[in-house]
Amino acid sequence: MGVVLKLKPQKLLNIQLPLFSSSVAAGFPSPAEDYIEGSLDLNEHLIKHPAATFFVKVSGDSMVGAGIFDGDLLVVDRALEAKNDSIVLAVVNGEFTVKRLRKIKNKITLLPENPKHRPIEITDGMDFTVWGVVAHVIHTLK
Amino acid sequence: MLFTPSNKKVLALVDCNSFYCSCERLFAPHLEKKPVVVLSNNDGCVVSRTDEAKALGIPMGIPYFKIRDFVKKHQVAVFSSNYALYGDISARIMKVLSQFTPEIEVYSIDEAFLDLTGFSNLQEYGLKIREMVKKLIGIPVSIGMAPTKVLAKVANRIAKKKNGHGGIFDLNDPQTQDSVLETIDVQDIWGIGYKSAEKLNRIKIKTAKDLRDANEHTIQKLLTVVGRRIVRELRGELCLPLELLRKDRKQIVCGRGFGKPVFELEEIKEALANYVTLAAERLRKQKSVCGTVQVILHTNPFKNTTQYFNQASITLLTGTSSTNTLIRAASMGLERIYQQGFEYKKVGVILINLCPANRNQMDLLSYRSISSSDSCMEAIDKINARMGRNALKFGACGTNDDWKMLAKLKSRCYTTKWNEILAV
Repeated sequence: MGVVLKLKPQKLLNIQLPLFSSSVAAGFPSPAEDYIEGSLDLNEHLIKHPAATFFVKVSGDSMVGAGIFDGDLLVVDRALEAKNDSIVLAVVNGEFTVKRLRKIKNKITLLPENPKHRPIEITDGMDFTVWGVVAHVIHTLK
Repeated sequence: MLFTPSNKKVLALVDCNSFYCSCERLFAPHLEKKPVVVLSNNDGCVVSRTDEAKALGIPMGIPYFKIRDFVKKHQVAVFSSNYALYGDISARIMKVLSQFTPEIEVYSIDEAFLDLTGFSNLQEYGLKIREMVKKLIGIPVSIGMAPTKVLAKVANRIAKKKNGHGGIFDLNDPQTQDSVLETIDVQDIWGIGYKSAEKLNRIKIKTAKDLRDANEHTIQKLLTVVGRRIVRELRGELCLPLELLRKDRKQIVCGRGFGKPVFELEEIKEALANYVTLAAERLRKQKSVCGTVQVILHTNPFKNTTQYFNQASITLLTGTSSTNTLIRAASMGLERIYQQGFEYKKVGVILINLCPANRNQMDLLSYRSISSSDSCMEAIDKINARMGRNALKFGACGTNDDWKMLAKLKSRCYTTKWNEILAV
């Protein structure tokens, strides 16, 4: 590996200097200095419940109508309540699937967003759980 | 008594059910209700089993090669251990648990003690904790509640046994303690090992109740002060309070078996250098330095070959956390004990004689080299934190991975590597 580390010249004495919070005037201060608020963190925007959030990669085209494409990254939040019309990561008979949840009275249907695919009706004999709610889709433009 | 005395604590032990297996199931839901086992490092022995695997009669700790045909026949799902995954899921669970009380001791990767003193309606609160962990993380837990740690362990044991306790058992009531402790064998008490249990059995102490009601002094003579503490804890007197802060480790151990037998010194040296690198990283993380490096080297005791086992200790002039110094010391130790001709199975390093870096005894003559090495280590740690472990490593670690351990059945690092996340 061709990595060379250049280290600072050795300090002969390790003297600790106090750190002052105000800077020394040298030239004109930036007029924005008093307004700097730190930078924006995308995690903060996309992840409301860090412990309960998982990333999942999409394969397939059954949800293109909802803006979810093959290869997209989903931010799945298990803390969110799955409501009617939520897009969920569900487990049907042991298999993962991403679909829109339709809850009418006691009937649950998983709807694709692509006419090529069929809705999945959840019937009594089926194992069904909602693994998490899809909170965001991250789609990279090529 | 109308009120519980104010000095009585309520501790809850939250323990994940078949933790490693449950982590695997979270990302492989088709394994729900199916038998699953997880193997130890190097695919050695069974270290985690689901209830279904237990029902098939697979014992804890059995070597994998002994059940290879059996698991195939009964369609048991087998996984190599995936510590990156388990560690991440564990951290998430602890985060959720710490929302229920500020007083929490993370006891192991899958257990935590919570102080719930003063909370009313414990059963309901326990159920809430259980539901939240299941919903937010997807891992089932059992909760045992009692005034002491030893009793909380007992309570947890009962919560785990399925018969209708809903995964929660409250052992705060003295009458319940009476009837429960009668049913617990002494060797199943936390802190009582096989040998201690034998000693106790010899003086007719068979159950946890017997031990609780035994004479403290007799027990201290037999099992030292450790045994006496257990007696007191069984009586509901708190002797082992929660350790809220993680204590720095007193020693750091790193070593694993080789995936295949290794003969050559150079190859063993490379493996050792990698383990030293890992151990040194941990050492710097807890801001300690190490004064003595111990190296162990041995053949496979389960194989019918000529056996060799040896260890060497190298004491350093001054404490250090610098990887290159530690690698040099470890290699020296290895050269001292290595002998040609054996089929080696494992090499490992143990860093002992640790002390906080800011209390390190300096060597009068080597101050300069230490400070430059410190900044070098800092730079390497920063680069590796940003670009991935081992982005930058010492030449001694080599590029040959032949010695790496077996993990043929490992699941993906679903939560810690971008290219291994769940695909649906």
